[in-house]
Amino acid sequence: MTSSPSTGPLIEVEHLTMRFGGLIAIDDVSFAAHQKAITAIIGPNGAGKTTVFNCITGFYKPTAGRLTLRGVGREFLLERMRGHEIGQKARVARTFQNIRLFAGMTVLENLMVAQHNKLMRASGWSVLGLLGVASFQRAEAAAVELARLWLERIGLMADADRPAGELPYGDQRRLEIARAMCTEPVLLCLDEPAAGLNPRESAELNQLLVSIRDRDGIGVLLIEHDMSVVMNISDHIVVLDYGRKIAEGVPLAVRNDPAVIRAYLGTDDEANDG
Amino acid sequence: MGPRLPLMLKDAGLTAFVAAALGIFIVGFRTVDTGGGKGLSFDYHLVDLAVAVVVIFIGRLGLSMAANGQRWPAIVLGGAMIAAGASPMKLPSGFLHWFVALGGVLLVIRAIWPWASDAMSAAARTPSGLALGKARSRWFGWLLLGAAVLMPFTPIADQKTMDLGVLILTYVMLGWGLNIVVGLAGLLDLGYVAFYAVGAYAYALLSTQYGLGFWTVLPLAGMMAALFGIVLGFPVLRLRGDYLAIVTLGFGEIIRLVLLNWFDLTNGPAGIGSIPGPTLFGAVFAETPPAGKQTVSEMLGIAFDGNHRLIFLYYIILGLALVTNLFTQRMRRLPVGRAWEALREDETACQALGINPTNTKLTAFAIGAMFAGFAGSFFAAKQRFISPESFVFIESAIILAIVVLGGMGSQIGVVLAAVLLIGLPEWFRDLGNYRMLAFGLAMVLIMVFRPRGLISHREPSIRLHPAGSGGSG
Repeated sequence: MTSSPSTGPLIEVEHLTMRFGGLIAIDDVSFAAHQKAITAIIGPNGAGKTTVFNCITGFYKPTAGRLTLRGVGREFLLERMRGHEIGQKARVARTFQNIRLFAGMTVLENLMVAQHNKLMRASGWSVLGLLGVASFQRAEAAAVELARLWLERIGLMADADRPAGELPYGDQRRLEIARAMCTEPVLLCLDEPAAGLNPRESAELNQLLVSIRDRDGIGVLLIEHDMSVVMNISDHIVVLDYGRKIAEGVPLAVRNDPAVIRAYLGTDDEANDG
Repeated sequence: MGPRLPLMLKDAGLTAFVAAALGIFIVGFRTVDTGGGKGLSFDYHLVDLAVAVVVIFIGRLGLSMAANGQRWPAIVLGGAMIAAGASPMKLPSGFLHWFVALGGVLLVIRAIWPWASDAMSAAARTPSGLALGKARSRWFGWLLLGAAVLMPFTPIADQKTMDLGVLILTYVMLGWGLNIVVGLAGLLDLGYVAFYAVGAYAYALLSTQYGLGFWTVLPLAGMMAALFGIVLGFPVLRLRGDYLAIVTLGFGEIIRLVLLNWFDLTNGPAGIGSIPGPTLFGAVFAETPPAGKQTVSEMLGIAFDGNHRLIFLYYIILGLALVTNLFTQRMRRLPVGRAWEALREDETACQALGINPTNTKLTAFAIGAMFAGFAGSFFAAKQRFISPESFVFIESAIILAIVVLGGMGSQIGVVLAAVLLIGLPEWFRDLGNYRMLAFGLAMVLIMVFRPRGLISHREPSIRLHPAGSGGSG
């Protein structure tokens, strides 16, 4: 329905259901997200947005459903993979609602840790690295170069050697996105990246996300409450309420959808039921 | 001193009264067996009690003055206490002299503390102070290393000092090994001594049963301990924090109980004796050579001296400790080392970045265990006798205390803490039973004044801008 339909969707979520005991957090949700597109998942608090993310990124095992990622060269069934493999092999990266940086480590170190698997291979699982082999040193220099590129893009070059926990809040948000991007993902999942940002920082974030879509050409999944972010940059919006998908479409269509308005404002509910 | 003085005097008097009331039963008199079935009688120590009460009165007065900003009167009181403690005045025991003087020292420190710390932080902020701080952190390690290398050639190197040096270096090595697990990877391991025991028994058994030499067994013992680390770590490293601590504590006890009860293999509580010491190019350290061997004094053509063996042991453990340190420093700068620290900071984020937490923790656990294994086989070779007694929980606790007091993850901090925790109780041996009191006091002082350990500074494993260029922060 949106961009690049030729290649098929990047990730396809089919009949995803997640039950915690008696509580159904997600109930038969299906949607797709494409490469070079920003797909937003919105909905009132407790709608199950973060649970969808946790299923996609392997923090939860879904009760039912299929998550197909058409990534580098092959298909991955995410629901069958172990937590860290989703980042390592399927190349899905994520950020967290409450920032999870390595606070005691420097900004640069955060970006280096993100390139762990690549560097681990280059260091011959530490054996070649301990010997100081030239190929490892080249790989490390390349990793620093990638980190430098991202530091420039998020404007934190001067702070590279400061502990990440000392940065202002907005910088930490951007650093977390840069760290996720340093894993060189095909799909980036952002959980409320604009939370706690002021309008100026929010606008900067918009630019960053658009540049990730256009320059890096990867798919972006976005959970967000800030409608100025969602409506401005999303290509496609999925609306969840009480764990069910109630609407889906381009921003303009979703904004005027009566079901969405009802879910957010809740006005007609009682009138309808009564 | 103002109108507050009567209040302070009243407060100090009250404190002294409480101390007297409590102390009269604890310090004031004790029961002694008069012998001959005549029962018990009292032995009075009222002078001790009186001294204690006076010290507490003056101390409390001084503390409230210091808290009130009246620095000089507090310093004068503290000085008077030090003078009284050091004076030839006849007190019933040497400990009381120490007690009075130490009280005075504490009072003086308390009085000048806010002032001194202000002055120090101001001095550290000046350009020359910054440069000095940098130079100090850079050269301090080399200075310590130089002192450690030259120590056996200095006049202070008698047998007692060398023994203590070997002991401290053993703990430095164990501290550095545990620092990988606790300081870098953030895995609280309360059973570290188990791997030390594995290394020690590996050497003891292989050398006494199969006649293998120290240098052959050393790598084997390390591998054996690492293997134990992996076998234990694989099932339990999914646990986090407190749960992991409890399981490792249990593992430490299990190993000790196995050593105690597997009589056929370990000879149980009687331990293993006549373990051969390490050799120097095949030559042994002994006055008369055993059959088919050469002694070191024969090989080098020097007169036999019992101290040679000790000096040799000293350099072995120094070398082993340095290997541990260099290895750790290098690993910290490799991807795996950064992953360890990242795991300590946030395991969830690591998983999201595609880092396998279990494997990464296992490497830290196994490498830490390996160094404990090396240290263990050294210990067996040095003692020539080992028994399960040497591998009790308190050893794990001491090693952990060294890491924590040193400042988690700091290599130099471990050295300082080992010197403090192992050296201090030895130096204070003159105090008799009260030395543990001094030990406890030192620990409390460190935790009060340096809650994040002696050295809490963390050097980044990689820099974009050269150190000292400033950047924006």
